[in-house]
Amino acid sequence: MSTSSGTPESWISSFCSLLGHEYFAEVSEEFIEDDFNLTGLQSQVAMYKEALEMILDVEPEDDEDDEDEEEEEDEEDISGDGRDLAHRGERRRHNGHSRIASDLSVIEASAEMLYGLIHQRFICSRAGIQQMSEKYELNHFGVCPRTNCNQTRTLPVGLSDIPGEDTVKLFCPSCLDVYVPPNSRFQTVDGAFFGRTFGALFLMTFPEYDLSKSHADPVSNLSRTLEDQIMINGMYARNIAPGLGKGKVYEPKIYGFRVSEMAKSGPRMQWLRKKPEDIHVLDEARQYAEDHGAGDSEDDDQSMSSRAVARRRAPGNARLRQQQRQQAGQNGSPMAVEAANGAESEL
Amino acid sequence: MDDFVSESDSDYTSYWRDWFISSRGNEYFCEIDEDYLTDRFNLTGLNTEVQYYQYALDLVTDVFDLDCDDEMRETIEKSARNLYGLVHARYIVTTRGLAKMLEKYKKCDFGKCPRVMCHSHPLLPMGLSDIPHHKPVKLYCARCEDVYNPKSTRHAAIDGAFFGTSFHNILFQAYPQLVPPKSSERYIPRVYGFKVHAAAALVRWQNKERNDMRRRLRKMEVDSGFKDTDEDLDLEEEDEEEEDENDNTAMVEYRGGPSASMESHMTGSVA
Repeated sequence: MSTSSGTPESWISSFCSLLGHEYFAEVSEEFIEDDFNLTGLQSQVAMYKEALEMILDVEPEDDEDDEDEEEEEDEEDISGDGRDLAHRGERRRHNGHSRIASDLSVIEASAEMLYGLIHQRFICSRAGIQQMSEKYELNHFGVCPRTNCNQTRTLPVGLSDIPGEDTVKLFCPSCLDVYVPPNSRFQTVDGAFFGRTFGALFLMTFPEYDLSKSHADPVSNLSRTLEDQIMINGMYARNIAPGLGKGKVYEPKIYGFRVSEMAKSGPRMQWLRKKPEDIHVLDEARQYAEDHGAGDSEDDDQSMSSRAVARRRAPGNARLRQQQRQQAGQNGSPMAVEAANGAESEL
Repeated sequence: MDDFVSESDSDYTSYWRDWFISSRGNEYFCEIDEDYLTDRFNLTGLNTEVQYYQYALDLVTDVFDLDCDDEMRETIEKSARNLYGLVHARYIVTTRGLAKMLEKYKKCDFGKCPRVMCHSHPLLPMGLSDIPHHKPVKLYCARCEDVYNPKSTRHAAIDGAFFGTSFHNILFQAYPQLVPPKSSERYIPRVYGFKVHAAAALVRWQNKERNDMRRRLRKMEVDSGFKDTDEDLDLEEEDEEEEDENDNTAMVEYRGGPSASMESHMTGSVA
């Protein structure tokens, strides 16, 4: 493509280096140039064409197809495509190079919106999520403010995929909760530019990051020990909310005495930070199979203690572990493969 | 602070405590009454805790008039801040102290909860230990009942013992009407609209814990503080897993239904 403008920095990289845009990945031009990746965005962004050109640093004059509009009302009918080329050609000659300033600012705003929406899709693609993982490793997304999460790294997420609804939030994989970024400059960044999917997809794509690590420690993967490799519900058991559970739940105390649950001001929200002591309790499917499986006579023993389950599960556990080892030998977790394939097919 | 120390001749006009609480980084502190500071009973035991105790106390109560070099003055100044903090921890659990801190709480002087679902609920300062120089100050949200790190590094350096482990809990015992309503609203990780199995299983387990607690409280006829009524609790129990009917889960969710075939499906999807 033509980059005759002579600017040393592309629009994309200057956008990403703006204050408050630290969470953004640089979307590759390849990704943007593939029309399939832009499906549907035309109707969501005003002055779509101009915005796209701005993002790609294409000079409007260099392109035969481009439109050079300046009336604000064009914003409303971008979906209409019945503008005749001749008319446009005439007008372009008229205006020459210069766009009036107000027009430029409208296009600039549109370009930012368009970039954000492309970004939402890009970071869920293989190349994009890879880039985000590099940013994650470099601590670009900040840390969890919760004391018991021990400053673990967070991920930027949106609570909605529709722009204009909410600002970007930080998802903490250690307590599975979302937080407002500490710096107010992020309160102008739209959450939809990251989207609802990215946070959870990141964890499924890179299941091996040790999520209990603080941002001060270098990023590391879970060890290869048997204990670390146990999987539950498609995730490494050690990575299921490592910031929650016993010892990580705040217990209110007055002069050393715990505040009773029966008090009006007693604890009511501890469930939010709890986790079963035996994480295998969460493996509902296997538990069901063990309760109701063939050869097991205790069909209605639903309320048994987790200890009893653990004892009876032992042989099954070993079988699964062996299975997992085989899978790990191939290529990480089954979830990772699925997620990666899914992302690839999107490209 | 150095400005003040240098003008020793005007001690009685510029109140040390005024200066202290209005200086940057000390926004969490409230002003201790003169009466409280001068009652020796309130300071029991602090003389062994603080260096140059008497000078420090003189400085805090604006009667300091020792001629000494800058280095000494700096040391005393530091002791004074330390002493003020330790008295502060005792003062804020008194009736007057609680009232002062309550005002600050209402003005959001301690910041707002970073948790999205708490909708900027005001925080309260707290310590994780009552022993000085042990752990820095943390912030407590009464809505999610969890503890957060202060945003700013200058607050993160304040000793948590200057607020203590009990203050924020005593505040809500003294003002039970201020206990915020609880909410079961929470974030659920999703991929393309589908819940993620591992997180969803944990959420189900946690919801069960919550409902158990609410049932327990109802049996004892204690108000659980949740906004929705107890009738909702029974409803919730029936369709615990269908909190939002519009959404599906990524993997087939186990619902306790009859299924050997489902089991094979589950293992099939893993293999």
